[in-house]
Amino acid sequence: MSDPVEMNISSDMDVVRARQEGRSKALLIGFSVSEATLIATAISELARNIVSYAGEGVVALQAVQTGSRSGLVIVAADKGPGIANVSLALRDGYSSSGGLGLGLPGVRRLMDEFDLVSAPGRGTTVTVKKWRPRM
Amino acid sequence: MEVPILKQGPFLIATIQAALSDADLEQLRTALVNQAVRYRSLGVIVDVTAMDVMDSFASRMLLTISRMIRLRGADTVIVGIQPDVAFAMVQLGLTLEDIPTALDLEEGLAYLQQRCRNSS
Repeated sequence: MSDPVEMNISSDMDVVRARQEGRSKALLIGFSVSEATLIATAISELARNIVSYAGEGVVALQAVQTGSRSGLVIVAADKGPGIANVSLALRDGYSSSGGLGLGLPGVRRLMDEFDLVSAPGRGTTVTVKKWRPRM
Repeated sequence: MEVPILKQGPFLIATIQAALSDADLEQLRTALVNQAVRYRSLGVIVDVTAMDVMDSFASRMLLTISRMIRLRGADTVIVGIQPDVAFAMVQLGLTLEDIPTALDLEEGLAYLQQRCRNSS
């Protein structure tokens, strides 16, 4: 089990760094290249939301093991303006159907578990998990 | 990381060689459109073989490039999207809408040449 990684996110270069770190960590703990790409893409979206909406925040990566399952937990947290309407943010609205365009429904599809905690003025924390397929 | 743009006859070829930040992608858009105007290019190829991740920002930027080039009366082809990247894009719900894509540079060039022949 590898050590947790925590990265400060405040620029578009940090977004690139975070997703590269996520990819290498995913590969390190045994995910396939294809799964690592899904994870890197999800991190890219989450980290960009931090830069775009909060200015700065943190992305943390942690390998997890529960029973026979192992996987990766990603926490993207900021102290930005927060999301007033969480259900609207989770509505699929990439084109124009009324979502907030944060890419969160897409991130939810990329990962196995998804949790969003946010309130206006209180920042946003998104926690996502990807489990390795059982052998 | 600046993306090199090669002029090949009436076409421009931009080959992405490493992971790009948002600022790099914006720089690519500006450079491609400027050069397409300067050289009166008939077509543009963006080779994304080396891209590790195609997220919503990168897709939107490729769409923007394609639309700007279209307004100049030229075509854009995206080549070399890796299978894993394509899989992640579909899961994320991203499409490149009507931008033509091709397997690799060779196929992309063949596509543009075909388009030029048809319109002349």
